[in-house]
Amino acid sequence: MKFFGQRKNRVTGLAFLFFAIGLPIRAQAHLVTTGLGPVYDGMEHMLLSPEQWIMIAGLALLAGLNGPSTGRAVLFSFPVAWLAGGWAGHFIQQPLPALMPAMTLLIVGGLVAADLKVLRNVVPVIATVLGSFQGYLNGVSFGAANGITLVLLGTAIVAFVIVALGAGLVVGVQGWRRIAVRVAGSWMAAIGILLAGWMIRKP
Amino acid sequence: MVIVGMLLLVSSAEAHVQHGGAVGFTTGFCHPWSGWDHILAMVAVGVWGVQLGRPAIWLLPVTFPVIMSIGGFLGLVGCPLPGTEIGIGLSALLLGSMVAAEARPPLWLAVIMVGIFGLYHGHAHGTELPPNEDGLSYSIGFVIATGCLHGVGITLGLVHHWKAGAVALRIAGTVIALAGVIFTWRAIG
Repeated sequence: MKFFGQRKNRVTGLAFLFFAIGLPIRAQAHLVTTGLGPVYDGMEHMLLSPEQWIMIAGLALLAGLNGPSTGRAVLFSFPVAWLAGGWAGHFIQQPLPALMPAMTLLIVGGLVAADLKVLRNVVPVIATVLGSFQGYLNGVSFGAANGITLVLLGTAIVAFVIVALGAGLVVGVQGWRRIAVRVAGSWMAAIGILLAGWMIRKP
Repeated sequence: MVIVGMLLLVSSAEAHVQHGGAVGFTTGFCHPWSGWDHILAMVAVGVWGVQLGRPAIWLLPVTFPVIMSIGGFLGLVGCPLPGTEIGIGLSALLLGSMVAAEARPPLWLAVIMVGIFGLYHGHAHGTELPPNEDGLSYSIGFVIATGCLHGVGITLGLVHHWKAGAVALRIAGTVIALAGVIFTWRAIG
C-alpha cells in the first residue's frame, strides 16, 4: 500500500511537471509587479517563465537520477548560486548571448537523457554554474526593480521548491519510470535545439 | 484498425502550415498533426519500436524527436536539405514496410534509419514555419505533440502481444507503406 502511494505520488508529480512545462505561456523577461510585494513578484516571474521552469526541472531530474546525496547537494548549491548570480547580474548589467538559455536546455536535457553515472560528482558543479548563469540573467533583466534582493529571493525560493520536488520525485526510480525521465530529458534537449534555431533564424 | 480507419479519411498530404502565424504552444502542438505523411511516419516509429522490443521501444521514439529538432534547426537557420518531400514520403514507405515485415535489423541500423527520416521531417517543419514571436512555446508544443504521436504508435503497438494483434499491425504497416508510395509519388511528380 505504501509502495502504491509513493508510486501514485511520483506519477502525479511527474504529470504536474509535464503540465507545467507545457503551459502555453509566453516567456516574460521583465519583472511584472503583482502588488503583493517583491518576494511574490519574484515568485510570479518564475512561474511565468517556462524557459526557467524547464531548465530547473531538468536539473532537478538530473540531480534526482544521480542519487539522494547529489540531490541534496544540488538542492542547496543551486539556489545559493542563483542568488549570487542574480546579484552579480543586477550590478554588472551586461547581457549574455541570447543563445545561452537554449544551450542550457540542450545541455541539461542531454545529460538527463544520457543518464551517465560518471556525472554523479559533477552534477552539483553543473548546478552551481547553471544557477549562477540563470540568476545572472534574472538580475540583468530585473534592472532597477524595487527591492531587488527580495525579488531575487522569491525567484530562488521557487527554484528551491522545484529542485526539491523534481529531485525527490525521481530519486531512486528504476525501470520504465527511469526511462520516462530520460525521455523527458530528450524532449528538453529537442526544445533547446529548436529554440536555438528560432533565435538564429533571420526574420 | 484505428490506423486503417484514419487512412480512409486521407485527403491530401499537406503536412505543413501554408500561411498564418505560428502563435505559440497551440500552433506548435497542432503542427505535427496537420499532415498524414508526418502522422503515419511518427506512429510507425512507435509501432516498430514495440515490435523490436527493448531497448528500441524507447530508443527509437527518443531518437526521432531529437534528430527531428536538429532538422528543424537546420530548416530554421536556412540550411538546405535536398529532396525533403521525397525523404518524407520514403519515411512512410520504409517505416511502414518495416512494420509490415516485422523487420529486425541491428539496433544501430534502426536508429540511423529513424534518425535520417527524423531529419527530413524536422527540416520540412523548420523551413516552412512562418516567423514567430514566441519560439519557446512553439517548440514546447511541437516536441510534446511529436512525443504524443510516438506514444500513440507505442500504445497501438501493444496489441502485438496477441497473435491477431500482430497480424493487424502488419496489415496497418502495409497500409502505411502504400500511403508512403502515394506520398513519394506526389513528391516526385
